[in-house]
Amino acid sequence: MLTGNLLWVLIGAILLGVAAGLNGTFAFLQKQSLVGDAAAHAALPGIAIAYLVFQQKDLPILMLGAAITSALAVYMIQWIVGNSKLKADAAIGFVLSVFFGIGIVLLTIVNQSSAGNQSGLNDFIFGKAATMAKSDLVWLSSSALLIILMCLLFFKEWKLMIFDPVFAKGIGLPVERLRVLLTALTVLTIVTGIQAVGVILMAAMLIIPAAAARFWSNHLGIILVTSAFFGALSGALGTIISSFRTGLSTGPIIVLCAASLFLISYFFAPTRGFISKSLKKKAFKQRNVVKEAANHE
Amino acid sequence: MDALQVKNLSVAYEEKVVLQNVNLTIPVGHLTGIIGPNGAGKSTLIKAILNQLPNKTGAVHILERPLNAKDHTVGYVPQRNAVDWDFPTNALDVVLMGRYGHIGMIKKPSAKDKQIAMDCLKDVGMEAFADRSIGQLSGGQQQRVFLARALAQEAEVYFMDEPFVGVDAATERTIIAILKDLKAKGKSVFVVHHDLQTAADYFDWIILLNQTITASGPTEQTFTEDNLQEAYGGKLFFMDQTKSNKTFN
Amino acid sequence: MNEFWVLLTGSLVGITCGLTGVFLILRKTAMIADAISHTVLFGIVVAFMITQSLSGFWMLVGAAIAGLLTTFLVQLLQSGGLQEDAAIGVVFTSLFALGVLFITLFAGNVHLDVEHVLMGEIAFVPWDTWDILGFSMPKAVWMLLIVLLFNILFLFFFYKEMKLTTFDPVFALSIGLPIVAMHYSYMTLVSLTTVAAFDSVGAVLVVAMLIGPAATAYLMSKSVLRMMIWSMFFGITAAITGYYLAKLWNTSIAGMMAAMIGVIFMLVFVFKPHDGWIWKMFKRIKLKDTKVHVES
Repeated sequence: MLTGNLLWVLIGAILLGVAAGLNGTFAFLQKQSLVGDAAAHAALPGIAIAYLVFQQKDLPILMLGAAITSALAVYMIQWIVGNSKLKADAAIGFVLSVFFGIGIVLLTIVNQSSAGNQSGLNDFIFGKAATMAKSDLVWLSSSALLIILMCLLFFKEWKLMIFDPVFAKGIGLPVERLRVLLTALTVLTIVTGIQAVGVILMAAMLIIPAAAARFWSNHLGIILVTSAFFGALSGALGTIISSFRTGLSTGPIIVLCAASLFLISYFFAPTRGFISKSLKKKAFKQRNVVKEAANHE
Repeated sequence: MDALQVKNLSVAYEEKVVLQNVNLTIPVGHLTGIIGPNGAGKSTLIKAILNQLPNKTGAVHILERPLNAKDHTVGYVPQRNAVDWDFPTNALDVVLMGRYGHIGMIKKPSAKDKQIAMDCLKDVGMEAFADRSIGQLSGGQQQRVFLARALAQEAEVYFMDEPFVGVDAATERTIIAILKDLKAKGKSVFVVHHDLQTAADYFDWIILLNQTITASGPTEQTFTEDNLQEAYGGKLFFMDQTKSNKTFN
Repeated sequence: MNEFWVLLTGSLVGITCGLTGVFLILRKTAMIADAISHTVLFGIVVAFMITQSLSGFWMLVGAAIAGLLTTFLVQLLQSGGLQEDAAIGVVFTSLFALGVLFITLFAGNVHLDVEHVLMGEIAFVPWDTWDILGFSMPKAVWMLLIVLLFNILFLFFFYKEMKLTTFDPVFALSIGLPIVAMHYSYMTLVSLTTVAAFDSVGAVLVVAMLIGPAATAYLMSKSVLRMMIWSMFFGITAAITGYYLAKLWNTSIAGMMAAMIGVIFMLVFVFKPHDGWIWKMFKRIKLKDTKVHVES
């Protein structure tokens, strides 16, 4: 079963899962999960522009284009929120849909040129993990490794920056630069993953494992490890399940594996899970009913 | 007639119990201050009384009847920072919202409703700002608009959540004058308040709260050093026995 | 004539979404609309699996249910202790993935491909017509007109309730307004609007049309009513200019309309007098100048 290319896909999916799980946790804690969604959608025009300018579809070049427009989208969201009374949700939705619209305009233009028709850029919308070329998978894996390394390196600084930026500044941390670095890494995670799972479901890789991990612990370290584990597990399971049947795209299956892990966490996690919470609420009501009854006597 | 009766009221958020077994009986016609340290559950008490919290146990009666919003007996001033003041509307329109309960669903405000709203704006000295966007009002002016909205409700019992936070001295005087006027008209007013220095001047009934009621009664009987020490858990230090005092947190 | 129908469809999308979008911005639920626009795919696929037909009516029903389900699930996850942005992200990506999976498994050979859902095919609108009461008009126009009528009726009857539950839900609750019912009714309308519009212009343009014009109008309106009017105006303008530019450059009509929404927003954002960006920058520079004068 595990023939050459599938093995590479599996490795790529696991590494991508770990990278997105780690990075997504930081985004989650900053309440920026949906910014990742916008950044992923905004990668599309960048890919099209890179293709139109360089007329070739080497992954590094397309990734560079994607990174530029993604970063631009994140910056624009911050700029709009900072300079008007619009709230974050409106700014995110606006930037997301407009960038994606522009992406589709450019993609249509690419598809109309005779060479562009076979460019396969449309794959970036839904991803094509199972059929990626080996060279692309090597790119993906090394980029994911770099992200994982950076997350481990700056763990302590980002933790403090997210938890208490004022204090972090006070002890001399370059908070602004750290923030930019984290954003840059989020963008890198996105452009790393879009060819495999597509722009729309890339957001899921960032959001779902982190949200699921949150139910298991209150310690950042444990949350990060859990999130990375969930990311890796859904990457692996998704790749294997989708290889059983031809025609199943890998991206949606990976996301559904992550969603299943989320459901398990939501219901069964100790203390913060739904079941354990409901039991506690019931106990509170019962305690008071008993007390009330005692008062009436 | 009792303005407010609370029996065995308890509230919990998540795992934390915020109010424990609260019991209160307060007759009509009082200007009551709800006083207690930060996190004592003052706002929660008001929200629980107004039936806004799902996770509560116990019974509440207002004017000796269970709360029914359709009676229009209750007026409410939420915390000012609970709403988004960038909302595109003007001061008069916000006051007019106080009439919505009387107008009923679907129907449009009548000329009379608009007149009442305008009169209430006048009562708080804001008639000149009727057309002003609410985002351009100062904190004190926003608080007056909120008070005017409650007045427009023409209720019998009023609940106000921290109306004096972040307002200027003139607004504070206006508000307290209006509250005393309401009391003179036989209405009952409950105000969440955190400033101990002014409490005795403003209110003729005091509820001391710290998760549960530590004292409730006419100000001169309730507002004593012993009671305050109990409510504030000994964190209170009296510089001067008469008035000025400080809290250490 | 075909051009007329395409323009009319685009303008109706602009009006309907522009009107509905106002309260999305005011209630800070713009991203729930984004979520719904993705999950209607799921609703439509499930409706297709059950009825084995692609009739407009069942699509509307499926989409409305999917929209409500999205709203409900987001609320449920939030009450389970998850922050709002993550709750939205989890729900819509999962349901979207499920929708894509169902299409590949059960509806692969039907005219229901995902790209169509995302980008729409407004140019094909004139050929798919419905005859109702002797009038023959494109299906998309009929659906948009019906949904627009729903929207107008709802906002006409519940204008003041929507305004109050949006501005101050705590107070609204205290005077006995059914804030939960209002929320779900409104979200049903958003779902209906989404499905009526996205059949012709695709999910992404729906989001752009729901959020963009209303966000632009929000920057310059002093009352909700005026915000509605501006929002509809911006929606139509983007639709018409987008159409002609797309024709000029021979590219995606829906994509170009979304791009025009971006352009209009930027124009208002940057050039609006008194608190536009340029105006503010200018004031800042002037302020600095005076400071320099004082210092020297």
